[in-house]
Amino acid sequence: MASKRKYKGIDQLSTRDKVVVGLMVIVPTLIVVWLVWLPAISTVLLSFTNWDGIGPLSGIKPVGLQNYRDIATIYPPFWPAIQHNLIWLAALFLVATPLGMLFAVLVDRGVAGTRFYQTSIYLPVVLSLALIGFIWQLIYSRDQGLLNAITGGTTDWYGDPNVNLWAVLVAASWRHAGYIMLLYLAGLKGVDPSLREAAKIDGASETTTFFRVVFPVMRPINIIVVVVTFIESLRAFDIVWVINKGRNGLELISALVTQNVVGEASRIGFGSALATIMLLISSVLVVIYLRIAMKED
Amino acid sequence: MTDLAVKTRPQRAPREGGPSSGRRWLLPVMLTLISLIWLFPLLLALVNSFRDYAYTAKNGYISWGGFTLDNYTNAWAAGDFGLHFMNSVIITVPAVILTLFLSCCVAFVVARFSFKFNLALLGFFLAANLLPPQALLIPVYRMFRAIEVPLWVSDSGTLLNSFVGLILVNMAFQIGFCAFVLSNYMKALPRELYESAVIDGASVTRQFFQITLPLCRPAIAALAVLQVTWIYNEFFWATVLLQQGDKFPVTSSINNLRGQFFTDNNLVAAGSVIIAVPTLVIFFVLQRHFVAGLTLGATKG
Repeated sequence: MASKRKYKGIDQLSTRDKVVVGLMVIVPTLIVVWLVWLPAISTVLLSFTNWDGIGPLSGIKPVGLQNYRDIATIYPPFWPAIQHNLIWLAALFLVATPLGMLFAVLVDRGVAGTRFYQTSIYLPVVLSLALIGFIWQLIYSRDQGLLNAITGGTTDWYGDPNVNLWAVLVAASWRHAGYIMLLYLAGLKGVDPSLREAAKIDGASETTTFFRVVFPVMRPINIIVVVVTFIESLRAFDIVWVINKGRNGLELISALVTQNVVGEASRIGFGSALATIMLLISSVLVVIYLRIAMKED
Repeated sequence: MTDLAVKTRPQRAPREGGPSSGRRWLLPVMLTLISLIWLFPLLLALVNSFRDYAYTAKNGYISWGGFTLDNYTNAWAAGDFGLHFMNSVIITVPAVILTLFLSCCVAFVVARFSFKFNLALLGFFLAANLLPPQALLIPVYRMFRAIEVPLWVSDSGTLLNSFVGLILVNMAFQIGFCAFVLSNYMKALPRELYESAVIDGASVTRQFFQITLPLCRPAIAALAVLQVTWIYNEFFWATVLLQQGDKFPVTSSINNLRGQFFTDNNLVAAGSVIIAVPTLVIFFVLQRHFVAGLTLGATKG
């Protein structure tokens, strides 16, 4: 080609074009810096201070790791919250995610009515977890709930700290499994059919083919599903907040952070330390996720 | 290869059963069962939303009859849904439009110009999308409380308790995902288009509005559907940043509904259906876009 590729490189732009390009990047960047990155850094910094949120910023004193020590030793809801987040993760990871994968494999076989099956299973995905908590009241409510009506029991499924976490997890899994199914359906569609054919010719059974051939090929999806599951269990908030603001058996780190900021007793430094713990865990996941996402390019 | 796929796919189902093809009925039965279990909570809400409280209180929920529309009128009035739906619209519409526009801008620059740091730029936006919002709450909350805005922007006088603040936060969290999906889409556009545009002397603005955006319509449509659903469903920020109940969008208004409706599960059912209707309508009418958007983002990142 004789003509020069004029459009290559920003240097070829007119002054006006440069301004436009600059604005196109700078405006969104500023919003994200202001409302995400700046707060993220501030959270970490504030976690080493004793600010009560009332005095002026100049009154902030550094207290080192005091907030973290307090959290671990004299803040009763902390360890239950950690435990609940881990249970949440385990439930999604060991039950909801495999269930979603199973649904995807079954739906992917393409028997008649696939569209109906697929739609029914991922219908909950379009609902917010707050609404899901609300809807499941119909099943879990003590006096009018379906579950007690059938079993004749008197358990307050949302109120009893011995069972409410599990009750909530069933509702959350209801949504999560649909989401995972959707991801794996996309993954399964991307698997080269000739791989299955080859495995079949070699005499491999359906199960062997799936675990030895199809599953490994879907590696990118697998990792994304794992990361999504981790992030979802770390972020879990809406459903417990709707039920009882994350108390009495439903403590989660996200709810504790919120209680410490919005509640009457606003303990900024302390809440920030809790938030920093969340940030720390999530940043590991974010790095993994970004590496996969960027490798696709 | 695709030819082979097309030919083998329909044949696969009958072969599934293998030697013992007597089990062929198993799969549809299983799937039907799973589907019904999955639909059950929603069907329960739908059926009970039409039933009279006095009737179900007397006969229990495992009964049939007592149908009425009263729950809807009562739930609508008690939940003040007219107001909350309006709030949802005020928040969702500008947030989605601005998010998509700014995402298109970032994606365009990243895809169109080979900046050395364009990957880093995307990473910067995408990471922001993945951080747990609760971890950023404290500084955002304090900043919003400190930033004063004119009363015509918000009657609270600060960004806290204002729709503008909430729209900004929603944008900040959604731009990353949209920009990432869009830039992947835009990178697939043939560069020759821009070449001829540049030769014709088209400015960057014209290239953006007249070449890139029209060609990205499918991706933008998919993302718009997804974003409307997500921002309508957004619960956390609206709950903490809007403190007056009368400013809550529908999803956050559930906070107050539980207290109001707890004596009458049929009201809960009607309320649930009312809240779910917009997303369900979007889902059924634009299902293709919804699934496309979700998997577009997932498989590409």
